[in-house]
Amino acid sequence: MGRYVVRRLIQALPILLAISVASFAIMKAMPGGPLAAYEGNPDFTEADRLRLEHAFGLDQPLPLQYISWLGSFVRLDWGYSFSSHQPVLALIGERLPNTLYLMGTVFVVVLLFAIPIGVMTAVKQYSVFDHVVTGTTFAFLSTPTFWLGLLLIILFGLQLRWLPLGGMQTLGAPFDLGDRLRHLILPVATIALVQMGSHVRYLRASMLETIGQDYMRTARAKGLQERVVVLRHALKNASIPLVTVIALDMPELFVGALVTEQIFGWPGMGRLFWDSATRADYPILQGILAVSSSLIVLANLVADVAYGYLDPRIRYS
Amino acid sequence: MATSSVAVAPIAALRGPERSQLRMALERFRAHRPAVLGVLVLSALAVLAAAAPIISPYDPDKTVLLSLYEPPSLGHPFGTDDLGRDLATRILYGGRVSLSIGLLAVSVAVTIGTLVGVTAGYYGRWIDSVLMRFVDMMYSFPRLFLLILFGVFFKGMTLPVIVIVLGLLSWMTTSRLVRATFLSLKQREFVEAARCVGASDRRIIFRHILPNALAPIIVAGTLGVAAAIITESTLSFLGLGIQPPTSSWGSMLNHATTDMNKAPWIAIFPGLFIFLAVVSINFIGDGLRDALDPRHVVRKA
Repeated sequence: MGRYVVRRLIQALPILLAISVASFAIMKAMPGGPLAAYEGNPDFTEADRLRLEHAFGLDQPLPLQYISWLGSFVRLDWGYSFSSHQPVLALIGERLPNTLYLMGTVFVVVLLFAIPIGVMTAVKQYSVFDHVVTGTTFAFLSTPTFWLGLLLIILFGLQLRWLPLGGMQTLGAPFDLGDRLRHLILPVATIALVQMGSHVRYLRASMLETIGQDYMRTARAKGLQERVVVLRHALKNASIPLVTVIALDMPELFVGALVTEQIFGWPGMGRLFWDSATRADYPILQGILAVSSSLIVLANLVADVAYGYLDPRIRYS
Repeated sequence: MATSSVAVAPIAALRGPERSQLRMALERFRAHRPAVLGVLVLSALAVLAAAAPIISPYDPDKTVLLSLYEPPSLGHPFGTDDLGRDLATRILYGGRVSLSIGLLAVSVAVTIGTLVGVTAGYYGRWIDSVLMRFVDMMYSFPRLFLLILFGVFFKGMTLPVIVIVLGLLSWMTTSRLVRATFLSLKQREFVEAARCVGASDRRIIFRHILPNALAPIIVAGTLGVAAAIITESTLSFLGLGIQPPTSSWGSMLNHATTDMNKAPWIAIFPGLFIFLAVVSINFIGDGLRDALDPRHVVRKA
C-alpha cells in the first residue's frame, strides 16, 4: 500500500511538471508583465528597459527562464504581487484557508446529504420520494451556480432578511460561532445543491447495480438484517465509483468556490484570482493556478488510493 | 405508372415489420417523455430567439430613460433593466447568442476531441501516452480559471473568440470516448478484414471504426452544449465573456448583483432562461443516451 502511494506520487510528477510548463507559458503569453508599470513613463528609456530586463533575467532564452522560475517556485519563492508588492505565498496563504473552509464545509454537507438520499432513492426505486429526488437533482444539475446564488440572496437575504448577504462574518464584531455559521449557510447551499445532484445520481445508479448482485441475495439468505445488507454489503461496493466522481468533481468545486466567493464577497482564493486577473497581477495568478491544479492532482491521487482500499480486488502491482 | 406502383407495394409491405436501427432508436427516444419535452421547450426557445424582431416591438439595445427599472407589467412582461430596455426583448436576442455559442463551441470541441481520440486510439504507443497525459493535465486545470485568463487576455471576448476558446478547453471527454472505442475495436476481425483488402488508414478510421463511436459522441456532445451554455454565462456574468453591445443571457446578469435589491427581476428572468435551455438539453442528452445505447436502459418499470 505504502509503496503504491509512493509510486502514484512519482507518476503524478510529470503531470505537475506539465502543469507548471503550461502555466509558465500562459503567463508569458499574457500582455503586460513585470515592466508594464513603467510603460508610458517618459523618464523610462530604452536603456533602462534593457538594464532591468537583464537584471530580472528577462533577456535569457525562455527555457532558461522557465528553469530558474521553477527553481524558485519549488523553493517556495513565488515572487511578489505586482500591485500590492506583498509576497505571493503570503497572500495566497491568507486566502487559501478561507476557500478550504468553504469547500470543506460543502464537501461534508454534500456527503452528509447525498449518501443517505442516494441510498434511499435506490432502495425505494420508483417511489414518490425517488421521483421527487431524481427530478430535483436534475433541476439543480442544470442550474448555473451563480444564478442559484443570486436567487438565494434575493429570497433569504433581501426578501425574508433571514440571512446575511455576504462576507464571512459581521465586520468589526468579535468572533461569534453563530454569526459565522449564518454567513456560511447561503454560500455553502449554493455550491452544495449543484454538487449534490451529480453525487446522488451516481450513487443511485451504482446502488441499483449493486442491489441486483447475487451476493446481496446471499447476505439476505444468511439472515442478516436489511440495514446491514444495504449499508455494509451494498453501500460499500456502490460507493467505489462515487469516490472517483468526487475526485473528478474537484475542479468544479474550485470553480463553484470562485463564483460563490465573487457573489458573496467571500475573501477566498477564487476572489483573489479574479481580482488579480483584472489587475494583470501575474505572479498571484500563477501561484493560484499552481495551488489549485496541484490540489486537484492530489485529490485524484487520494481517490485512487481510496479506490484500492474500498475494492481489494484492485492489485497494486 | 400504375403497374410499377402495384409491383412495388408488396416489397414495401415486406419491409414493413423490419425496423431499422434508427427507427428503433427514435422509438426509444419518443418513449423518454422528459426528452420529448426538452425538444419542445428547446425548439420553442430557438424559434422565439430567431423570430425576436417579429415578436418584440422594442429595440433590445436602445436606452429609454423614462422607463428605468420598471417591474414586470403587461407592456414589459419581464420588466425593464437599468437602462430602461425591455428585458423580455433582450432575453430573446440574448438567446441567439447563448444558444449559438453552446452549439458552436461543442462543434469545435467535438472536432478536436475526435481528432485527438482517433490519433491516440488508432496509432497508440507513445503518441497515445503523450496525448493522454496531456488530457490528464487539461483536466487538472479548473476550466473557469483559464477562461478568466483568456477573458483578460482578449479584454472580454467576441462571439467567435469565446466559441474557439470554449472549444479548446472542452474537447477532453470526447477524445477519451473516441480513444476507448478505437482501443477496443482496432484489433477486431472486421478491421483486419478491411486492412487485408487494402483499405487505407483513413478509410479504416473514418468508415469502419469511427461510426461505432457515434452514439457516445452524440450523447457527450449534447450534454456538452448544456455545459458550454453554463460556462459561457458564468464567464459573461463575471464580466469577462461577451461584451456590450452584444449580450448573452449571462452578460445580462452582469449588473444583477448591484440591482438585486430594487429590481430582482433583472437577476431572475435571464437566469430562468439559461436554466430552461440547460435543463431541456440535459433531458435530451439523457433521452439520447437511452435511445442510442440500449445497454444503458435501466429505467422505467
